[in-house]
Amino acid sequence: MNILVALKQVPNLTDDLEINSEGTDLNHDALQYVLNEWDEQALEEAVLTKEAAGGTVTVIGVDTTGELNEALFTALAKGADKAIKITGDYPRGTDSHTQAKLLAEAIKDLSPDLVFAGVQAADDRDGQIAPMLAAHLGLPYVGVVTGVTVKDGKAVVHKEYAGGMMAEFEVSLPAVIGVQAAHQPPRYAPVSKIRQIAKTVKVEEIAGGEAPGSGSTVRRMFKPESAGHAEMWEGGPEEVAEKIVALIREKGLLNR
Amino acid sequence: MTNDIFILAEHLDGKLADITFELAGKGKQLAAALGGKAVAVVLGSGARALAETISADAVLYVDDPALAEFNPEAYGRVLAALIRERAPRLVMLGNTSVGMDLGAWLSVMTGLPLIAYVNGLAADGGTIVATSQIYGGKIQAEAVPNGEACLVSCLGGAFPADAGRGSSPVEQIASPVPLNDLKVRFVKLIRPEGGDVDITQQQILVSIGRGIGGQENIELAQELADALGCAVSASRPITDAGWLPKTRQVGKSGLTVKPKVYLAFGISGAPEHLEGMRGAETIIAVNTDPKAPIFDVAHYGATCDLLDLLPVLTEKVKGG
Ligand SMILES: Cc1cc2nc3c(=O)[nH]c(=O)nc-3n(C[C@H](O)[C@H](O)[C@H](O)COP(=O)(O)OP(=O)(O)OC[C@H]3O[C@@H](n4cnc5c(N)ncnc54)[C@H](O)[C@@H]3O)c2cc1C
Ligand SMILES: Nc1ncnc2c1ncn2[C@@H]1O[C@H](COP(=O)(O)O)[C@@H](O)[C@H]1O
Repeated sequence: MNILVALKQVPNLTDDLEINSEGTDLNHDALQYVLNEWDEQALEEAVLTKEAAGGTVTVIGVDTTGELNEALFTALAKGADKAIKITGDYPRGTDSHTQAKLLAEAIKDLSPDLVFAGVQAADDRDGQIAPMLAAHLGLPYVGVVTGVTVKDGKAVVHKEYAGGMMAEFEVSLPAVIGVQAAHQPPRYAPVSKIRQIAKTVKVEEIAGGEAPGSGSTVRRMFKPESAGHAEMWEGGPEEVAEKIVALIREKGLLNR
Repeated sequence: MTNDIFILAEHLDGKLADITFELAGKGKQLAAALGGKAVAVVLGSGARALAETISADAVLYVDDPALAEFNPEAYGRVLAALIRERAPRLVMLGNTSVGMDLGAWLSVMTGLPLIAYVNGLAADGGTIVATSQIYGGKIQAEAVPNGEACLVSCLGGAFPADAGRGSSPVEQIASPVPLNDLKVRFVKLIRPEGGDVDITQQQILVSIGRGIGGQENIELAQELADALGCAVSASRPITDAGWLPKTRQVGKSGLTVKPKVYLAFGISGAPEHLEGMRGAETIIAVNTDPKAPIFDVAHYGATCDLLDLLPVLTEKVKGG
């Protein structure tokens, strides 16, 4: 089983997201980038699939941060076998349409049986990469998936809907799967192992082609004008606890 | 190209999802501004009765056995064919489990741009302007398509549903493309198991997110809930980690709750979470990040450490 996982780094959302002087994008250079949290899930599900069905896991991404190696080395430490990065003049914040096109061009020569990607990323304003990849590759796609089982050249997947409802689908391989959550929480890789890999493993590089762009233009980026911001309670735990208890009592919900 | 707007209807288990009506209501308003028709597109099998309950300018009902249940491949093929044939100006999808499989795929297949995570949509002098909520709800991006036409996927709850309920003339057609060689096959629906507690029936919820830090701290939340005589609910990462059962999850892929008091402790307020709790009567958020989006929907907030707060609060509830 030849399994591919598309990885992408996104800004750390707990950072202060500063908007550039034109007011049309984030000030990306000021931000710290981390692996998209749903890619962590996709990687875990890929490694679990490999452990169950055999094969290899290749991680691949477009290097938009100049720091993709970190994510690739970590993935190798978690059980991926091979890492590829697509290089070129692709700045931080490169749109999904461009990344999907570049990934598809690289992936099509690798004849995967399964391509996993995170179901979404925090910055995909112009749409999710995984279904675009499927469209470019001419492969079937199911997203919002929480569990994949491979048998007899097919993947049985569970797709989540609202309210805890799920659907089971059977998908002929090769296929692209948008992972919402792996069967089990993503594993941890010891820093020493990541360091070791960083010293010894060579990441394969592929030069990317042209960037088609998203097909839409951001006129204005801004922080949500909170229609109603919470009334903030100052003070430490004591004071805040007092306020909460008072409010619950006022509503007649404190029975003791 | 026409000035018509396509609205994808969603149905599950024989019921239309609210997003359908939300999109139809907004779609009608935009179609009027653009000088076109709002056409609700219903894909199904023997589902004409459902198609008759949407208020749009017209309903296009595609009937095929392969469309009985949502199937991303079948839906995708039919929609791509209809978009090519009928050339709508705008295609509106939900940013739901269904719409997330289709929007980006259709964008590549039809060459139309997609603007995703939309919570604001207008026709500004004939130009479609869509505002996306991105970066976990921390940023809004207002965008226009480079050409005239585009696809948008809209967040649940962004537009009122009532304007889309009613009825309209239904045109029934067969599938414009063959659907007998699908690589994706629907097997079955899996219903949620009943949990030990029903979080939708609680007056108060102690709801915890990733800020709880570790499984060993869940106990602190449970002790507070015990003192209050209520239940602990959670954001998705907590149930994904297996720290609480799936039945305790609030949000887009979990349950929608409307307690009298919702205590959001260590929850950032991602759009997917807000979808499930913004209807609570009083929301109190505790989060160490003063910029967390949860404070935009909460009524009261505090920035103290929830791990310091929980034991103190539990004591006060017991003593009070
Ligand atoms: C298709 C889809 C469906 C989804 N459905 C759901 C859903 O149903 N429900 C859901 O919740 N999510 C859902 N999500 C996930 C959602 O996007 C977010 O990832 C999730 O809600 C984040 O959970 P969180 O707020 O607990 O974690 P984070 O976003 O990591 O937030 C943790 C917060 O805790 C704060 N914090 C940290 N330490 C402390 C401390 N000691 N004291 C106080 N505060 C602290 C931090 O400042 C931060 O704001 C879905 C995602 C997708 C793609
Ligand atoms: N630059 C990239 N390189 C590799 N994979 C990517 C890249 N961008 C996105 N992906 C994959 O597609 C998923 C969905 O991303 P997005 O389309 O941005 O929602 C990501 O989480 C990755 O799995």
